[in-house]
Amino acid sequence: MHYESPVREPLVLGNKTYHDITLDVVRPVESTAPKAWWIAFSIALALFLWGVGAILWTIANGIGSWGLNKTVGWAWDITNFVWWVGIGHAGTLISAVLLLFRQKWRMSINRSAEAMTIFSVIQAGLFPVIHMGRVWVAYFVLPIPNQFGSLWVNFNSPLLWDVFALSTYLSVSTVFWYVGLIPDFAMIRDRAINPIQKHVYRILAFGWGGKAKHWQRFEEVSLVLAGLATPLVLSVHTIVSMDFATSVIPGWHTTIFPPYFVAGAIFSGFAMVQTLLIIVRKLFKMEDYITIQHIEMMNIIIMVTGSIVGVAYITELFIAYYSGVEYEQYAFLNRATGPYWWAYWSMMTCNVFSPQFMWSKKLRTNLVFTFIISIVVNIGMWFERFVIIVTSLHRDYLPSSWAMFSPTSIDIAFYMGTIGFFFVLFLLYARTFPVIAQAELKTILKSSGESQKKHHTEDDHAHH
Amino acid sequence: MHTTDSKPLVRALYDDDDVVLGAVKELRAQGVAVKEVYSPFPIHGLDKAMGLKETRIAMAAFMYGLLGLTTIVTITYFQMIVDWPMNIGGKPNATWGWNMPAFVPVLFELTVFFTAHLMVWTFFVLNGLYPGRAPQNPDPRTTDDKFMIEVEDGDHVVDLLKKTGAIEITHA
Repeated sequence: MHYESPVREPLVLGNKTYHDITLDVVRPVESTAPKAWWIAFSIALALFLWGVGAILWTIANGIGSWGLNKTVGWAWDITNFVWWVGIGHAGTLISAVLLLFRQKWRMSINRSAEAMTIFSVIQAGLFPVIHMGRVWVAYFVLPIPNQFGSLWVNFNSPLLWDVFALSTYLSVSTVFWYVGLIPDFAMIRDRAINPIQKHVYRILAFGWGGKAKHWQRFEEVSLVLAGLATPLVLSVHTIVSMDFATSVIPGWHTTIFPPYFVAGAIFSGFAMVQTLLIIVRKLFKMEDYITIQHIEMMNIIIMVTGSIVGVAYITELFIAYYSGVEYEQYAFLNRATGPYWWAYWSMMTCNVFSPQFMWSKKLRTNLVFTFIISIVVNIGMWFERFVIIVTSLHRDYLPSSWAMFSPTSIDIAFYMGTIGFFFVLFLLYARTFPVIAQAELKTILKSSGESQKKHHTEDDHAHH
Repeated sequence: MHTTDSKPLVRALYDDDDVVLGAVKELRAQGVAVKEVYSPFPIHGLDKAMGLKETRIAMAAFMYGLLGLTTIVTITYFQMIVDWPMNIGGKPNATWGWNMPAFVPVLFELTVFFTAHLMVWTFFVLNGLYPGRAPQNPDPRTTDDKFMIEVEDGDHVVDLLKKTGAIEITHA
C-alpha cells in the first residue's frame, strides 16, 4: 500500500518521523520571530498604513483624487483589482486542482498558497469597493429591496456577476482553508504550554480529536470542496474577463479573454507562490519540505502558462488583423507602437520572454534565478492588465477625446498599501498558523519520505 | 459514568498507522467491539476495517446545491422578470428562459456558495465542532504521532491489545 516508484524523487527530505514533522511545523509558532521577520513586518506595516491614508483620503475627497479622466475612466484601480485576483488563483489551483489530480507534491505548499489566495482576494476586493466612492452604500450591489422602491440589481451585468463571483470565491476559499487547518490547529493546541497560546488554539481547533468517522467526513468534504473550487476558480477569472469582453471597446471586445485571463492568472499566481515560498523556506528552515523539486514543478507550470499567455497575445494580434475591423486593428497597433509602447513591450518581455528560461533544468532549479523571475513575471502581469485597460481606453473614437493617464500620489499609495496589507497578513500567518498541512503530509511520509523510500528499495533488493 | 448497557472502555496507544489498521482488523475478528480510533491523520481503509458506514455528506452537498440553484432561479425570476422587467436596447427581459444565458454566471456562483457553506456547516454540526470546544481526543499525543484505539472491556482484551502492538494501555 505504501509503495511508490523509486523513480519519483522523495517529497520529504531527511530522516523524518511523524514527530519530526510536528516539530518542524510548530517551530515558527512556538519560537520567537527571527529579526528578518520583524524587519519585513515593519516595512509591510508602514506600506499598509500609507495605503490606509490613501483610502481615507479617497473616501473623504472622492475619486477625483485619483488620476482618472473622462477618457480613461478605469486605470490603476481595475488593473490592481485584476492583478490581485489573478495572483489568488494559484492557491486554489494548487489545493483543489492538484488534489483532484492526486498530485502529492501539492501537500507542502497548499496551505501557504491558499493563504496567499485569501489575502490577495481581500486586496482585490478593496479596489472596486473604494471605487464605488460612497463605500457606506456598498450593500447596494446585493439583490435586496431598497428604500427608493423595488429597483433591483441588474443580473445581466458582468459587474454584478463579479460581485457574486468574488464573494463566493473569497468565502469558499476561506472555509476550504479553515477546514484543512482544524486538525493542524488541534495539533498545536495539544502541544501548547503557554496558557494564552493554548486558549487561542483551543478556540481555533473547534475541539477536533481525529476520530475515525470525523476523518472519513473530513476527506469527503475536502474532496467535494476541491471539486467545487476547481470550476469556481476558473469561473472567477472568466467573469472578471467578461467585465471587458462584453463591452464594445476595441481591444476589450474579444472572445479569447476568458481562457487567456485564466492562464494569465495561474501564471502570475504561481510566480507569487514562488516569491513567498522561497522566503518562507529560508526564513523558517523548511528546506526539507519545500524542496528544489517543488520549486522546479512550479517553474514548469510558470513556463507552460507563460507560453499559453504568449500564444494568446499573438492570437489577439492576428485576430485584430484578420477581423478587418479598422478600430480593432488600430487598437492593437497603438498598443505596440503608440505612446504606451513601453508598457506593451515590458509586458511582452516579462511574460513571454522571461519564462522561456525555464526550459533549462539548471535555471529552473536555481533559487536565486527563480526568485528574480517570479518578481519579473508579476511585474509583467501587472503591465498586461495596465496595457489592456489603459491603452484600449486612451484613444477614444473621437481624436478630440484622446488622453493619457498618469497616476496621482493617492493611486500609488493605495496600490503600495495593498502590497503592504498583503504582506502584513502573510507574515502574521507565517508566524501563527501551521504553514504546512502537516496532517496531510504525514499520510504521504511512508510513501514519499526520503529515508522511507530508501528503505523500500533496500527491501526490494533483499527479496530478489 | 457508565450506564447499564455500556461496558467500561479500554484505551490502547499505538505508534504506527499500519499497526493500528492491523490491530483494528484483528480485534474485530476476535469479536472485540472497537468503539473509536483517534489518529493524527486519516488512515486509508480504517473506516472499512472498523465497519463504519460510508458518509452521506456528499449527497447532502448535492441537495444543498439544488437548494442554491432553486433560490437563485427564484430571485432572478422575481426581480428581473416579474417585479422590474427592463428593456435595454430593444431587448426586453420577457421570459426567464430568454434571459437565462445572462444569468448563468450567478446561477453557478450561488449553487457553489450554498453547496460549500451548508456542507461545511453540516460537517461541523455532525462532528460536534465549534469554536472553543474541549478537545475530543482523550490523549493529546494522538494529534502528533500516536494512535489510540478505544475498545469495550472484556476477557483477554488487554492481552489481545498487547499482542496487536499496543505500547500503552489504560482503563478509562
